[in-house]
Amino acid sequence: MTQVSRSGPPWPGWESHWNAYRSDGFFDEMMNLGRPREASAGVVRFLASLGEGLLDRQRAADVVIQAMGITFTVYSETDEKDRAWPFDVIPRIIAAQEWKSITEGLTQRLTALNMFIDDLYSDQKVIADGILPREILASSKNFRPACMGVRPPGGLWAHICGSDLVRDRDGTVYVLEDNLRVPSGVSYMLENRLITKRVFADLFRDLDIHPVDGYPNRLHSMLAELTPRPGERPSIAVLTPGVHNSAYFEHVFLAGQLGAHLVEGSDLTVDDDDVVYVKTVGGPVRIDVIYRRVDDLWLDPEVFRPDSMIGTPGLMRAWRAGNVAIANAPGAGVADDKVVYRFVPDLIRYYLGEEPKIANVPTFLCGDDQQRRHVISNMDKLVVKPANEAGGLGVFIGSRASVAEREEMATRIMADPRNHVAQPVLALSTVPTVVDGRVVPRHVDLRPFILAGQRPYVTQGGLTRVALEEGSLVVNSSQGGGSKDTWVLDPTVISRAGAAPRMEQSQTITGQDQSMQSQTMVSPDPAALRSE
Amino acid sequence: MLLSRFAESLYWAGRYLERAEATARMIGVHTELVLDLPLAAGVGWSPLLAVTGASEDFLGRHTGPDEDDVVSFLATDPKNRGSVMSSLAQARANLRAARVVLPNSCWEVVNQLHGWAAANADDAIDRRTRTDWMKTVISRCQLLSGALAGVMCHDEAYGFLQLGRYLERADMTIRVLDVQASVLVGQGDQYRDVTWAGVLRSLSAHQMYFRTVGGGVSGPRALRFLLLDERFPRAVRYCITAAGREISGLPNPAPVHACCSAAQQRLATLEITEQVTAGELHDLVDLVEVDINEIHQSLAVTYFGYAAVPVRRQIQESA
Repeated sequence: MTQVSRSGPPWPGWESHWNAYRSDGFFDEMMNLGRPREASAGVVRFLASLGEGLLDRQRAADVVIQAMGITFTVYSETDEKDRAWPFDVIPRIIAAQEWKSITEGLTQRLTALNMFIDDLYSDQKVIADGILPREILASSKNFRPACMGVRPPGGLWAHICGSDLVRDRDGTVYVLEDNLRVPSGVSYMLENRLITKRVFADLFRDLDIHPVDGYPNRLHSMLAELTPRPGERPSIAVLTPGVHNSAYFEHVFLAGQLGAHLVEGSDLTVDDDDVVYVKTVGGPVRIDVIYRRVDDLWLDPEVFRPDSMIGTPGLMRAWRAGNVAIANAPGAGVADDKVVYRFVPDLIRYYLGEEPKIANVPTFLCGDDQQRRHVISNMDKLVVKPANEAGGLGVFIGSRASVAEREEMATRIMADPRNHVAQPVLALSTVPTVVDGRVVPRHVDLRPFILAGQRPYVTQGGLTRVALEEGSLVVNSSQGGGSKDTWVLDPTVISRAGAAPRMEQSQTITGQDQSMQSQTMVSPDPAALRSE
Repeated sequence: MLLSRFAESLYWAGRYLERAEATARMIGVHTELVLDLPLAAGVGWSPLLAVTGASEDFLGRHTGPDEDDVVSFLATDPKNRGSVMSSLAQARANLRAARVVLPNSCWEVVNQLHGWAAANADDAIDRRTRTDWMKTVISRCQLLSGALAGVMCHDEAYGFLQLGRYLERADMTIRVLDVQASVLVGQGDQYRDVTWAGVLRSLSAHQMYFRTVGGGVSGPRALRFLLLDERFPRAVRYCITAAGREISGLPNPAPVHACCSAAQQRLATLEITEQVTAGELHDLVDLVEVDINEIHQSLAVTYFGYAAVPVRRQIQESA
């Protein structure tokens, strides 16, 4: 069944190219020992049938990105530049069945985190009951005393969460971190799909790929439900730090999709009535809900940094008075701390009485004497992270550091133990990726987006980020990472449709039976089924 | 309701798009004019610099108005804020800032035009490829106007874009007249008709002039057409009337509307006799220029929330 048919496809080399694909020592999301995993079978068959035509698709994708003006901003000391979004054309495939259980785990996690934040800013039972040590809260960088006693609608603080998922060598999926402050990337998830729909239009006809474009609507309803003036059409604003922010493209995109105002802090005013207004050509207009993409500290110079030029004086007054909803709520970032992360499984048990459905990566807290000693004497085997940085900043991979660098890191840990954690190095899974005209394995993670609320929502898949450098584990776009479209698909639907992808004219010239040809690459791998 | 900040971005985007298109057209037409006329006619490249108000800036960096230098300065020089390239870049930056109110397809046109112009900058200089380069810029700008007119709500956002376009267009026409006419009026040389035809062409007014006015080209008649015609979309009066219409659709239109009415009033009473002298013409054009600037100031104060600085660099007296 897996024999290469004698007549063979008309691209000698490319089929064997795929068959020879190996990702030694890692779990590959698409291939296993030269064969596609079950959910990827149809896609791999199609990609292999393209032969070198795959490279044309990659070029076509690059052209689409240029035309659509999809960019992100790269900063250096002297300069900032808009770069075209680095995109790899081969999608990352997730079986619908597996995604369903991941979805449940993510929702469970965000529900518990919201109960936790609400507890911290009211009764702090979680501390009284000895689940979270008091000193961890006391030394938290993102705990905002100004939020004590505030009860946002529904007890929700973290409305929008971007969790980073990784898969280790044995196939286990872990949550690596929960981004609760201003998680970004969802627009790229949506744009990636637009790109693949243009580039692989022929493939979308044949596969049951779950759509991702429901997100903006769900985000809109979630935000609209927060309005302090139910019954009236809510006026929603996306608050951006401005055109120089690296995620500005996304802010524009989301405001457009939501039909919301896109505002900067200086566009807003808060009067003595503690109501937020936006300056328009027709005079001030009231704002009900703010989807903010600005960090807490820059929101309101009356409460946080007085030197903030981008903030809106009085915004916190309006929020505390309940005249405006802010998502995510100020102070929600307290749960977005790699020290708190270590306690999330306990928080799920404490608040929900359930076992966590997605695993946490074992995490050592340097604030604990015993754990710190372990970290410092095993630095070469560990990844050390600052507790409160985003975007992969300050991540230290011990095995790739020199002795001197390790010693320097140890000194930094000793200077501020509370704000450092360490985790074992995970062997991040790989996905076939086009590099220099070849298909080679590259490491990936996955950022799904979760909306809290009465009807929680998880994106279908999420943003797959890929480290384009060989062997690199750093997927952040600010540090040379790229992205892939993520396809959640149901392989049983594919086999029911019996979808042999339609071949282009030139491909059928040999006159061979397409179903025969397709069998050469297909055959779902039973081992892959077992490992899921 | 449209954010004041977006209103301002859109207004400037409108102005820069119009400026890019107009500058490209002037370069294209002037290139042909220079080809048509013998050297003895003495038509050089300095009038183009004068129209764009950039003579001083240019002479600060170049020895004299050499063709390649002038064309690259006006077409592709990123340091010249009035060049076609800079105008496109600034139009793109302003539209990017207000992208949220812009249809995606329109943004793609601007983005692609800017990318194309930058990638093919050399073609703007070479005489053999120059005309095509200018034509491409013009046609893509017009493609954008069509896309905006066809798929964007004709709401306040569209209104500010249009306002920018009309005011810039009126301003451009005024400046062409100021520079060219003061050279030409009263000058009895044999190439005068050809040059006046060039002026009409540089404003895309040549064919419409013949259809509307008829007969041969004469200075005062061309002036009347370009200043006072009510149906030709690049005529100053048409632009002011159209701007007034856009204003009517905006909230609190009274202050800006008053400025538009004043400008229209002045144009209505303007007389251009067959004997008009260069000096008279200059004074007259200056008054209209002031009116247009009043409209701009009033817009900025009413909608953008601050007292605006004058837009225009001082227009150079023609050489």
